[in-house]
Amino acid sequence: MDWEYFFELLLGGLTRGSIYALIALGYTMVYGIIELINFAHGEIYMIGAFTALIAANVLTMLGMNELAVLVLASVVAILYSAAYGFTVEKIAYKPLRQAPRLSPLISAIGMSIFLQNYVLLAQTSDFLPFPSLIPELEFMEPIAHIISSAEVIIILTTAVVMILLTLLIKYTRIGKAMRATAQDRSMAMLVGVNVNRVISTTFVIGSALAAVGGVLIASHIGMINFYIGFIAGIKAFTAAVLGGIGSIPGAVLGGMVLGWTESFATGYVSSDYEDVFAFALLVIILIFRPAGILGRSTTQKV
Amino acid sequence: MNRFGNVLITAAAVLVLVFGVSGMAAAQEGPIKVGVAGAHSGDLASYGIPTVRAATLVVEERNEQFGGIDGKKIELLVEDDVCKPEIATNTATKLVSDGAHVVIGHICSGATKAALGIYNDQKLVTMSPSATNPALTQSGDYPNFYRTIASDDAQARLQVDYALKEMGLKKLAVIHDKGDYGKGLAEFAKKFIEDEENAEVVLYEGVTPGAVDYSAVVQKVKRSDADGVIFGGYHPEASKIVMQMRKKKMDIPFISDDGVKDDTFIKVAGEYAEGVYATGPRDTSKNPIAKKAVEQHKAKYGEDPGAFFLNAYAAAMALLNAIDVAGSTDYDGITKALQSEFVATPLGIIRFDERGDAIGIGFSMYQVQNGKYVELEE
Repeated sequence: MDWEYFFELLLGGLTRGSIYALIALGYTMVYGIIELINFAHGEIYMIGAFTALIAANVLTMLGMNELAVLVLASVVAILYSAAYGFTVEKIAYKPLRQAPRLSPLISAIGMSIFLQNYVLLAQTSDFLPFPSLIPELEFMEPIAHIISSAEVIIILTTAVVMILLTLLIKYTRIGKAMRATAQDRSMAMLVGVNVNRVISTTFVIGSALAAVGGVLIASHIGMINFYIGFIAGIKAFTAAVLGGIGSIPGAVLGGMVLGWTESFATGYVSSDYEDVFAFALLVIILIFRPAGILGRSTTQKV
Repeated sequence: MNRFGNVLITAAAVLVLVFGVSGMAAAQEGPIKVGVAGAHSGDLASYGIPTVRAATLVVEERNEQFGGIDGKKIELLVEDDVCKPEIATNTATKLVSDGAHVVIGHICSGATKAALGIYNDQKLVTMSPSATNPALTQSGDYPNFYRTIASDDAQARLQVDYALKEMGLKKLAVIHDKGDYGKGLAEFAKKFIEDEENAEVVLYEGVTPGAVDYSAVVQKVKRSDADGVIFGGYHPEASKIVMQMRKKKMDIPFISDDGVKDDTFIKVAGEYAEGVYATGPRDTSKNPIAKKAVEQHKAKYGEDPGAFFLNAYAAAMALLNAIDVAGSTDYDGITKALQSEFVATPLGIIRFDERGDAIGIGFSMYQVQNGKYVELEE
């Protein structure tokens, strides 16, 4: 067996999985708290990437150095995306909170289409080059043919974000409020949790993560257009379901499993069947664990 | 009465046939008749009308300046086939019985194929400005057929010839985007490489358009030890694959198609685009005959020419030139002239190979040099 090749595929799958995981975290958080599949999440990721592109171009013109451009562009993208996430929730989901569950779902799909077309009209339908904001680290040079600095940074960011989120939910006040809202919204309200604020916070955090993903992934791939959010969103959503939607470590695990499946299917079988393998795996896992790998199966109270 | 009617019809048909065939010999004295067949009405008329106009312009000019060919005026016989194979056979029969000496047409590949058998039986040289189906020339079934457009597989042919002969590559990875266009080209490229003795396809893969990254495919190319990549598809996937290859320190040549010969590719891939090869239609914008043809069209019809206009203009010029050189409308003479004489047309200086494809028409290899696609000299 060719171990170097195996290892390259493993790392490639890890990067791809981390990309899915960064976006999947937003899906899973929102679902965990209000049981809504936020289809507009992929679009928030795309808007984050666009904002970072515009900011990076402006900052580069002002003559800033690479690191400052990366940090400032990310901050601008995070703020902008968070604002979008906040607004989308207020406009499209909050008025429908008491409505049947299908209504906010349709509203989410509508929001997704709206945001895509908004960027298409306001910006362009063309592919745009995205500068590699992540610098090539010098000590990485000897192994650059196996894994690039950008890939390492994507993997590390995903790990750090996952740990921080878990800590936030387990040990902080807002985390406790989130768990309470997730368990029983009206009971949480009765004991004095400001449910609206908790939900808004969730959207803001999820959207900020999508923006981080947007900056890192676009800078790794090197190009963006208005449609990138759709495909990334579908794959990330699949990862979230695979890992157990609602579970933070589940989203990351789901992303990794999906990334590895695709990478090894391409590497050892054929990339023609990449998606076939990915979705066949999804079906198999859902047959044996309907709630996903790390999902808890909740019994409905009658 | 009924039987008598049948006899009459048969007699008439015989008469038409006899006069039709003898008409060919006798027409040496009369005008030279050029049939123009294609879609002139219906929803595909916009593909056929420009050919009629091109033929009209060429013939009018020839008649005015030289009084036709060897003192014989040239006449056009225009027949509509609506791009339908079942109607094209009638169109062909009509042109044959009207005594056409050569035919420009048909427009659609399907209609052309249906009509060709009839022309072939009558030994009529037929030249299409637009039928791109590879089998029309390559099957060898229609030695009377020529065309002034590159066949569908011409890009793949050029890519493979360039990779193997100019660059001396031996092991090629062929990748496509699973679409009609990209996969079609990739299949031809694969077949052409396999037909060669000293080269092989070491990897043949389809990638999913729009996927977030292609690192696994790139690793696979690397492992296959290919010394070049041929990609069939469009520029978004091409730029992602090229960028990931270059980032993984793979600098083997990347050869692609018209879908990648687009400035957006260079804009997106930036420095990584440098050195990438792509095939594209030959540049005719600087050709003086093409400029003149477009001016003539504007002067006579008051608008810009439509689809395949220059191809049809070239076909008309090539046919008239062949008749002129042969000194007659004799099939063998025209065939010989088409295959041996170079003629200056809006598409460049061309002649035809023995299969009927135009040499000098079609695609050129381009390479990205200093942020621009540059046409490479052959």
